[in-house]
Amino acid sequence: MKSLAELQAIKNRMKDKVVLRDGMEGARVVVGMATCGIAAGARPVLNAFVEGVNKEGLEGKVTVTQTGCIGICQYEPVVEVFEPGKEKVTYVKMNPDKAKEVIEKHLKGGQVVSEYTIGTVAV
Amino acid sequence: MIRSQVLICGGTGCTSSGSQQIQDRFEEEIAKNDLQDEIKLVRTGCFGLCELGPVVIVYPDGTFYSRVSADDVEEIVTEHLLKGRRVERLVYDDHGKAEADEFGNIALSDTTFYKTQNRVVLRNCGVINPEDIDEYIAMDGYAALGKVLTEMTPEEVIKVVTDSGLRGRGGGGFPTGRKWSLCAPNKADIKYVVCNADEGDPGAFMDRSVLEGDPHSIIEAMTICGYACGCNKGFVYVRAEYPIAVKRLSIAIEQAREYGLLGENIFDSGFDFDIDIRLGAGAFVCGEETALMTSIEGNRGEPRPRPPFPAVKGLFGKPTVENNVETFANIPQIILRGADWFASMGTERSKGTKVFALGGKINHTGLVEIPMGTTLEHIIYEIGGGIPNGKKFKAAQTGGPSGGCIPASLIDTEVDYDNLTAIGCMMGSGGLIVMDEDTCMVDMAKFFLDFTVDESCGKCTPCRVGTKRILELLDKITSGKGTMEDIDRIEELCQYVKTNSLCGLGQTAPNPVLATLKFFRDEYIAHVVDKKCPAGVCKDLLTFTIDRDKCIGCGLCARNCPVNAIQQTDYVAPGKKRAAYSIDAAKCIKCGACMSNCKFHAISKQ
Repeated sequence: MKSLAELQAIKNRMKDKVVLRDGMEGARVVVGMATCGIAAGARPVLNAFVEGVNKEGLEGKVTVTQTGCIGICQYEPVVEVFEPGKEKVTYVKMNPDKAKEVIEKHLKGGQVVSEYTIGTVAV
Repeated sequence: MIRSQVLICGGTGCTSSGSQQIQDRFEEEIAKNDLQDEIKLVRTGCFGLCELGPVVIVYPDGTFYSRVSADDVEEIVTEHLLKGRRVERLVYDDHGKAEADEFGNIALSDTTFYKTQNRVVLRNCGVINPEDIDEYIAMDGYAALGKVLTEMTPEEVIKVVTDSGLRGRGGGGFPTGRKWSLCAPNKADIKYVVCNADEGDPGAFMDRSVLEGDPHSIIEAMTICGYACGCNKGFVYVRAEYPIAVKRLSIAIEQAREYGLLGENIFDSGFDFDIDIRLGAGAFVCGEETALMTSIEGNRGEPRPRPPFPAVKGLFGKPTVENNVETFANIPQIILRGADWFASMGTERSKGTKVFALGGKINHTGLVEIPMGTTLEHIIYEIGGGIPNGKKFKAAQTGGPSGGCIPASLIDTEVDYDNLTAIGCMMGSGGLIVMDEDTCMVDMAKFFLDFTVDESCGKCTPCRVGTKRILELLDKITSGKGTMEDIDRIEELCQYVKTNSLCGLGQTAPNPVLATLKFFRDEYIAHVVDKKCPAGVCKDLLTFTIDRDKCIGCGLCARNCPVNAIQQTDYVAPGKKRAAYSIDAAKCIKCGACMSNCKFHAISKQ
């Protein structure tokens, strides 16, 4: 180790890897992964979110996690997005392509993709 | 991408209750479910809540699983990691005292055990993987060393440490900045930094946990100390009984050398420093600084007279700075966050925090770090969760065999160096043993003295012979043969050993006896005059008797008596069908087996 810059580089590289343990900040994407969700294809949706968040460099700002049955099994796969200070957004009947769109528009752009939300689909 | 991290406690407590098997099972189950690219397993140092071990935490949720067994792992993986459903039966609920967040999780930091703790020394324990230097660097590791070597002069470093008010955490409480400034000006061809990791108090495991959970913090601090005092070589003296600590420290030293954080020309500053490990064979006296140095030199661990002090003539006759593990662990944080930050914690003359190993009769056995000045009551009842089985708190022993006890009447004492010294106790290295009403204080003093008699190195007579004579007198008292003159003789001998011993071991060995004599003299008198042990511990003073009117004659006691001391009598109590039993006091060995087996509470001890 010859300079502080080298040390800083290691720190930056590692920061994303330990940030999960720093408690939850920023947006939180929750994928319903109960039997109903898995049967309806929640697994590829989860994978799409995990990969997409990684690709867009959003680790540290967005955490992807799963939950059990939310109770609206006919609308699975269900994805909920929690953001501090904002109301929860519930996306339903998701697939990997829709997931990419949500990452692009909602998580990166800050615009809710309302055509996939439960309010639009269910009515 | 890793979406979830599973932290498994790799401290000594959790390892001995099977956390390695848990980790193996996790690896298996994660592979079976094809989750290895999304779930990362991290083996950390001690979380502190050893009572609830083995501990597993799942992030980002922060779900805290306690008392996990290898058989639970499959369920955690298939339910939680795959489907996102917490395994409620394993989630620690803090007896309903902590509030859950909107996802139903109780954050570790909100539980009563952690809420009022302030983790400076233990900040990385249970958070990072101690075998990965990169994780330490991610948590600002080696930033303090970088700052010191590139921006500060040695004098400035010593000034910051002095201004912070940090005092030696090994027990003595000597101001650390002053210790450094005494060594710094001494000229020699080589000077040494020694880290004292010879933690010997029964029940204490603070230093062990730091070395196991955050070994790089010690390497960084020793290097900073070397720079400040002009030393280029460091030794860590650690007991061989700490295999996990030794292994992790060795890995950490290797990694630091690879990164050039140890070795020559660190941070291109021209400063060289390297560290070696020396294993101690476990003699208590080697925790004394001069005995420790004698042991590193390859000789039998015996203390030497001071002066000359180690700062002038220490290891191999060269100027040496020696600090304890916990003292060192504070240093990087003090450099990064400033002397004022550190001095803002604690009391007027005791700054910062202190780590205690809570043990004995307490619900939350474990490791706690609290600001100096926290009351004993808070430690025992809030953080420690009180005394098990509704028993009454009697006393707490601080400082192990060198310390004294704090009685229940002084439970509101604010714990810091000066307050403890004022009541005839001492801070010690941080062992805190809690005792309830079932503890006999004379027996407790005897236990610690028995330890120091074994551990006395024998070099000076007051300690070698004096402690032995005190132990014999205590033996006499607990076996019911003591006289009031014996109590006076004990006190006199204690004072003599205290003032005439060569090193700290002998000078502090009488403390447990003196403290119990001060606060629990009535118990000594009960043993001597009434020939009774009020707590029912000292076997020679106990008699077990069967209340013949309560005995239903089932014979369970007689069948469980290992020495056949219980026989049936001819007496049949009114309303009972069979004859009562009685104990032959001459044969009884007072094991208590009869009493614990009697379902009718017909047997009592006095």
